[in-house]
Amino acid sequence: MSTTSGSSRRPLQPGPSGWLAAPALAFFLLFAIIPLIGVLFLSFTSWDGLGEIKLDGLSSWTTVLTDPVTGNALLVTAKIMFFSFIVQAPISLLLGVFTAAGQKYRAALAVLYFVPLLLSSAAVAIAFKALLDPNFGLGAGLGLPFLAQDWLGDSDLVLFVVVFVIAWQFVPFHTLIYQGGVRQIPASLYEAAQIDGAGRVQQFFNITLPQLKYTIITSSTLMVVGSLAYFDLVFVLTGGGPGYATRLLPLHMYLTGFKANDMGAASALGVILVVIGLALALLLQRLGGKNRNASQLEGA
Amino acid sequence: MASLTQLPVPPSAPARPAASPRPRTKGPGRTRPNFLGGLGGWLWLAIIIVPVYYVVVTSLKNQAGFFTSNPMMPPAEPTLENYKLVLENDFAKYFANSLIVTVGSVIPALLVSFMAAYAIVRGKSRFLNWTNNLFLLGLAIPLHATIIPIYWMITRAHMYDTLLALILPSIAFAIPISVLILSNFMRDVPNELFESMRLDGCSDWAMMWRLALPMTRPAVVTVGIYNALGVWNGFLFPLILTQSPETRVLPLSLWTFQGEFSVNIPAVLAAVVLATLPLLVVYVIARRQLLSGLTAGFSK
Repeated sequence: MSTTSGSSRRPLQPGPSGWLAAPALAFFLLFAIIPLIGVLFLSFTSWDGLGEIKLDGLSSWTTVLTDPVTGNALLVTAKIMFFSFIVQAPISLLLGVFTAAGQKYRAALAVLYFVPLLLSSAAVAIAFKALLDPNFGLGAGLGLPFLAQDWLGDSDLVLFVVVFVIAWQFVPFHTLIYQGGVRQIPASLYEAAQIDGAGRVQQFFNITLPQLKYTIITSSTLMVVGSLAYFDLVFVLTGGGPGYATRLLPLHMYLTGFKANDMGAASALGVILVVIGLALALLLQRLGGKNRNASQLEGA
Repeated sequence: MASLTQLPVPPSAPARPAASPRPRTKGPGRTRPNFLGGLGGWLWLAIIIVPVYYVVVTSLKNQAGFFTSNPMMPPAEPTLENYKLVLENDFAKYFANSLIVTVGSVIPALLVSFMAAYAIVRGKSRFLNWTNNLFLLGLAIPLHATIIPIYWMITRAHMYDTLLALILPSIAFAIPISVLILSNFMRDVPNELFESMRLDGCSDWAMMWRLALPMTRPAVVTVGIYNALGVWNGFLFPLILTQSPETRVLPLSLWTFQGEFSVNIPAVLAAVVLATLPLLVVYVIARRQLLSGLTAGFSK
């Protein structure tokens, strides 16, 4: 609408001054956008975290791109992202639909479902570490040898343990999103379907699922982009081990920067992280066919 | 702010019914019981409950009991020794730190985000459009990737190992999602209300506090809760930006307890329970508000 380009002074037409947005913008520029540019800059330097920052050309990038651990971290990240999406999306969708109906007992179940929302990742990781102990945990308690494995010490199993714990922590959040989405579907649609003689399964596939399109996009975007931030949980649960089995990209970045004191290489990893996050988010929006803002409005 | 919110509210259109339950739809399958859904629901409940049960039961055991008794059985002689040990280890100080950081970031974040959302929804300048797009971009970027430049900035500003070092970036990171949710709600406030206030000679500043704020209060609550949970449970910033016990927050204290008491699992789990308890109390008291707020925030 505006023809008075970029004016931050109060325009003649009614409408608030842009200055109202200035404090939020200032915070965001200072602690998100400038660091975002900063991480790109630092990826061309070498810095041990304490001393001087020296321009160092492409050496950090060469280090990072030739290091097999980087490739492994990308693979681990992709695996965790894929499996946790495959596990979480259907469970939270079904639980959301299930709890959206109003029976008393479902409401009572839902009270407990959402308890993991309150726990910090550190708490969840510590609890599962104890629970999965082969000698003093769940397996020994139930007397089931299958459960009494060295879950966190076996490099083949550990990835799936991480996926499971992530699901335990985050499914409740996505269930809540779906529950809200389902509750906004007009009841008349189901009434019409019932008159037409559609069964529960037909109703689910022909009404619930299409109506939840934008909820699915929102939840999936949060799930996929969010899996680039599973840092806390994995850091406390496995520390990235055993070996490099659960060393996903953000963790690799942290360990490279703050443990191996190579901030240049860590910054290069940070840039990769940003590029992946952005690409995934754009891809998901494309799949949705609308930009995020519009989808949010239409989904309402 | 309290007095501002008590100013007369223009009568009319009810705010988005986020705090009050929406009329529930007839979910699919009202006609006959949903056995499969019920089965899945109970199964998930077991998955949620077992770890919680294990943590509580184990935290009540003494060392000898932990090594000799069945891990899934309640202790023969429950003891509160572990809790005493944790409380004696500066738990109250960590709790206070968490509280300061959470309140100190959530209130300013709400304030600046609300003002920005108001300007974005009501204003029409290119600057505001650009600001909004920048915030939307922030949603798609894993901001964790920016920790290295943030670390540099905080150390250069001599704020390393202070609570302010945690507060400032937390405010910035809360802004994108807060502006998104608040502006989505604010778009539903009928334009006529603003017009009539404008005719009465109200300034934008007054309209923002007297009309927009009361009308979007459920969204403000949602955003406040969501950010508070995120900051309270945050791990990465404390890990990187603080160091001494004086600035330790609860999630980080769990991690350090785990290091200090690595042989005393019941004590570590008692710390987990203690760190979760405050949120659990809040959940029990304000569950309805909390869940309906979160649901409405994300299903929009």
